[in-house]
Amino acid sequence: MRNLALVTAALVLVGPFAARAADKPAVDPAKVDAAVIAAFPTAPPEWHSRFVQDETMKECSLHENSPPKAVADAIQKRERARIEYPADGKLVGDWKEGEKLAQSGYGLRFTDYPPRRVNGGNCYACHQLTKAEVSYGTIGPSLLGYGKVRNFSEADTKAVYEKIYDAQAAYPCSNMPRFGANKVLTVDQIKDLVALVMSPESPVNK
Amino acid sequence: MRARRVILALTCCVWAATVQTACAQESIGQDNIGQDSTEKAIEKYRHMLSDDPWSNPGLLDVDRGESLWKTPAGPNKVSLETCDLGKGAGVVDGAFAELPRYFADADRVMDLETRLLWCMEKLQGFKHADLIKNPYPRGGQPTKDLGAIAVYIANKSSGMTFAAKLDKPKEKEAVALGHAIFFRRQGPHDFACAACHGESGKRIRLQGLPHLTKPALISSKAPRAEKSQLRG
Ligand code: HEC
Ligand code: HEC
Repeated sequence: MRNLALVTAALVLVGPFAARAADKPAVDPAKVDAAVIAAFPTAPPEWHSRFVQDETMKECSLHENSPPKAVADAIQKRERARIEYPADGKLVGDWKEGEKLAQSGYGLRFTDYPPRRVNGGNCYACHQLTKAEVSYGTIGPSLLGYGKVRNFSEADTKAVYEKIYDAQAAYPCSNMPRFGANKVLTVDQIKDLVALVMSPESPVNK
Repeated sequence: MRARRVILALTCCVWAATVQTACAQESIGQDNIGQDSTEKAIEKYRHMLSDDPWSNPGLLDVDRGESLWKTPAGPNKVSLETCDLGKGAGVVDGAFAELPRYFADADRVMDLETRLLWCMEKLQGFKHADLIKNPYPRGGQPTKDLGAIAVYIANKSSGMTFAAKLDKPKEKEAVALGHAIFFRRQGPHDFACAACHGESGKRIRLQGLPHLTKPALISSKAPRAEKSQLRG
């Protein structure tokens, strides 16, 4: 039933797409909001913030993730301003902890309330990272050897921190979640993930 | 209701990948590191299933669904055999391929499960609230009755191409709404359906992601790479 429902959802979306790719569907965003909220009649109050889109989500939805330049610039500026850096200035934590976070997709799913563990980053869902883990997704680019090919440079280390904290600061409407800005991961967790991607000891770079 | 389905799909899909890696890892060799070889190993698994359809657990649901469709049930003690799925009362061959569609009797666009629920209410006399109480099977549980009936009906379109016309005003409205929801980003992970289903050849972990804006062939018995659960 679950999967059949998925398929029918697909069906609604399949046929007419090719034909209408160019012309924007004329739907009042308020109507879309209402439909989404109506779909969760039993949602507890603390989930309601999930239905509310921030400015960046609104723009990316409206432009189907291809914002015109002015909008893209505005998103980048806004998201850049949201990045918080570690108080001690150190961007690199413990890659072993980072690997655990990269494996874990725990957190913020409907079945994760009340939380029983810390949130994960689920990086493997979208990225290849280490040779040892063969179960990885391909929505994002492979990060195998990422630090090594960049000579473990300081600038790239900072860029990786910023990418994980707020992917859209460098890439407006990126499909990568804004882990720090959306409070999915803490600053310390992000440091551990930076270590996984960038440190010479990490299996990512072996 | 259609919008509800889309959203339900979202809650099902999002992060689905996190729980399903272990067994898949066993079935593909540890030396398969490259993306292409991983893809090939998954493809091989699917072929094994299609070469020997009897190895596909989904067929059990097709049989169960057929018997549920034909057995009198509900307060009115009638079967669903006179249910009109869009091609006339009781016509099941090819019906799924043309859904969703506008139904004048309900004055709304319905997909397969919505229509089946409608028939269970109107023909068999079930109460809507009772029918939708616990719609989804829990992990490891068998497909629900409605799911089994839907699989039976979908199987009667197996091999056909999706061909919903979607040219009536209410159908066009529904498509436009679905389009907007497909790209609507929300929640702590900024997801929209498009993040995972907007391109061909992408995967979450080892689970291949269907490119949903491309027309597809109907195969009502493709199981997931990792579990014996049924899907589209
Ligand atoms: C939903 C999929 C998704 C998840 C989950 C995800 N990413 Fe990404 N990631 C992407 C996409 C798509 C890109 C390319 C666009 C961009 O750069 O923002 C990307 C880009 C990156 C890049 C920059 C790559 C380059 O080209 O230089 C890094 C580094 C990265 N991700 C790290 C991570 C880490 C670490 C995690 C886990 C905390 C993670 N990602 C989780 C989708 C994802
Ligand atoms: C974070 C990634 C992600 C997002 C976002 C997502 N999905 Fe999925 N979707 C998946 C995965 C993974 C599968 C395969 C799951 C399985 O087979 O159990 C899937 C499967 C499906 C299927 C089944 C296709 C088939 O061939 O069986 C449909 C239909 C679907 N999704 C529709 C949607 C819709 C509609 C949305 C938006 C409301 C959505 N998905 C959002 C990851 C996602």
